[in-house]
Amino acid sequence: MSPETMSADDQPLLVARGVTKRYGPHIGCIDVNFELFPGEVLAIVGESGSGKSTLLSVLSTRLDPTAGSVGYRMRDGVMRNVFDLNEAERRLLMRTDWGFVHQDAREGLRMGISAGGNVGERLMAVGARHYGEIRSTALDWLNRVEIDQTRIDDAPKTFSGGMRQRLQIARNLVTNPRLIFMDEPTGGLDVSVQARLLDLLRGLVADLGLAVVIVTHDLAVARLLSHRIMVMRHGRVIETGLTDQVLDDPREPYTQLLVSSVLQV
Amino acid sequence: MTLISATLGHAAPYNFAYLDEQTKRMIRRAILKAIAIPGYQVPFASREMPMPYGWGTGGVQVTAAIIGPSDVLKVIDQGSDDTTNAVSIRKFFEKTAGVAVTTSTSAASIIQTRHRIPEETLKSGQVLVYQVPIPEPLRFLEPRETETRKMHALSEYGLMHVKLYEDIARHGHIAKTYAYPTMVGGRYLMDPSPTPKFDNPKMHRSAALQLFGAGREKRIYAVPPHTEVVSLDFDDHPFEVNKFDKPCALCAAEGVYLDEVILDDRGGRMFVCSDTDHCETRRADGHRGELLGSPIEQKEATHVA
Repeated sequence: MSPETMSADDQPLLVARGVTKRYGPHIGCIDVNFELFPGEVLAIVGESGSGKSTLLSVLSTRLDPTAGSVGYRMRDGVMRNVFDLNEAERRLLMRTDWGFVHQDAREGLRMGISAGGNVGERLMAVGARHYGEIRSTALDWLNRVEIDQTRIDDAPKTFSGGMRQRLQIARNLVTNPRLIFMDEPTGGLDVSVQARLLDLLRGLVADLGLAVVIVTHDLAVARLLSHRIMVMRHGRVIETGLTDQVLDDPREPYTQLLVSSVLQV
Repeated sequence: MTLISATLGHAAPYNFAYLDEQTKRMIRRAILKAIAIPGYQVPFASREMPMPYGWGTGGVQVTAAIIGPSDVLKVIDQGSDDTTNAVSIRKFFEKTAGVAVTTSTSAASIIQTRHRIPEETLKSGQVLVYQVPIPEPLRFLEPRETETRKMHALSEYGLMHVKLYEDIARHGHIAKTYAYPTMVGGRYLMDPSPTPKFDNPKMHRSAALQLFGAGREKRIYAVPPHTEVVSLDFDDHPFEVNKFDKPCALCAAEGVYLDEVILDDRGGRMFVCSDTDHCETRRADGHRGELLGSPIEQKEATHVA
């Protein structure tokens, strides 16, 4: 193996060190440490209020941490603390190398702009100025996320919940990002739509070699998508490990409770 | 009565050009900053003017701040010197500043305009003052002022192209015909005020100074002489100006912006120059359009004679 390929695969993409966020006297998350490698999917699970969404917001620079650092390996191979980047660099990173899939697609989409415009926005933001090329890229991505290509000129407000979520994914992936943050991507969808979306996500993540940090309270989603899992409670990470290992043989009493609380059909 | 007003003989109750001197200085500072940063919207403390917002309060304040006793003022409204807005503003400055006024583009040193650029190429030393209703080109795409300022600061203008993309997707071409977005000096996205896109090329590297005043929105911006003003487009859908099938019905001018005028209630209509001064000058020079006897008839007449 050449040194270049080694460095690409063997060095972490994202490194969280002592990430802490306090809201005044209240705790968001405390002293979170982890490393995420290229192509790896990390699930953060826990009940409501456990700090998982706060952690995701800090990791994706949408919130400033009270303490700690988040390192990201840029495309040039240099690891930089994302909070040391200036705003222009950070915003460029967020619309090129990163993606963020919101639970509510309305937050992640422009509801009044056509599906094609939504997918093309990131391309135009980084300088694409050829209408024909932008459109064919958009068509290709609609196809990949299983949206009927004839809907390209329809606004997402005419789309169903599942379609909106798939469109949001296409919009994020169009610039070939390396890291995607997902906040309950299947929340609020009925089970059959959830299953299709998960299937699609699993395929895309594997095909594109994406690294993903996914926040979910649904252990089934975590099991299906993720390689590793972090269990949070009261703002702290209480258990971490391979997904199957943690879910099949939970050690912490709280994780045991969480796993045994899943309804069996 | 101040010394200046006494010598100039304009109506005594007003300071020269209506605004007080401190206000004019404040506006001049904003104008200087605007010229130093082409296309950047400079906030200023816009004053109440004796006219409603939307009637050119921004343009009037800019004109009042730059006008001097030796200036010659021309005011146009949609290209015309004789519509209500143009006449009122011209009279306003006649009364409050006692300056000479004109309808001739070449004779004017300051031209205040509502939504047109004169057809005649402007010269070095002339100032074109635009009345601007909404200075922010991103306003209808991004409603938050905090966010649009950030987008300007970081030169993040992809969203404007999304709007143009939507136009092509919906209509097959870029449907925006006025207030067509431009990039100034390769840096700032600028709304050229609701001028027809026909006039956009005239802004590019113009020898005249172009100042924009938005009274309600309290913004001043500028395009200094010889500055690059590029209309946004796509590589495969390039920017194009409006084209007209016929020449002006009165002066036979081609390649100018035409207004449609309804002549009767049986569908009769004519297309005439929107720039009235341009049209009158041409007619005075002997050009005759369709309605004033077609040029072909004239040629034949001369031939026979």
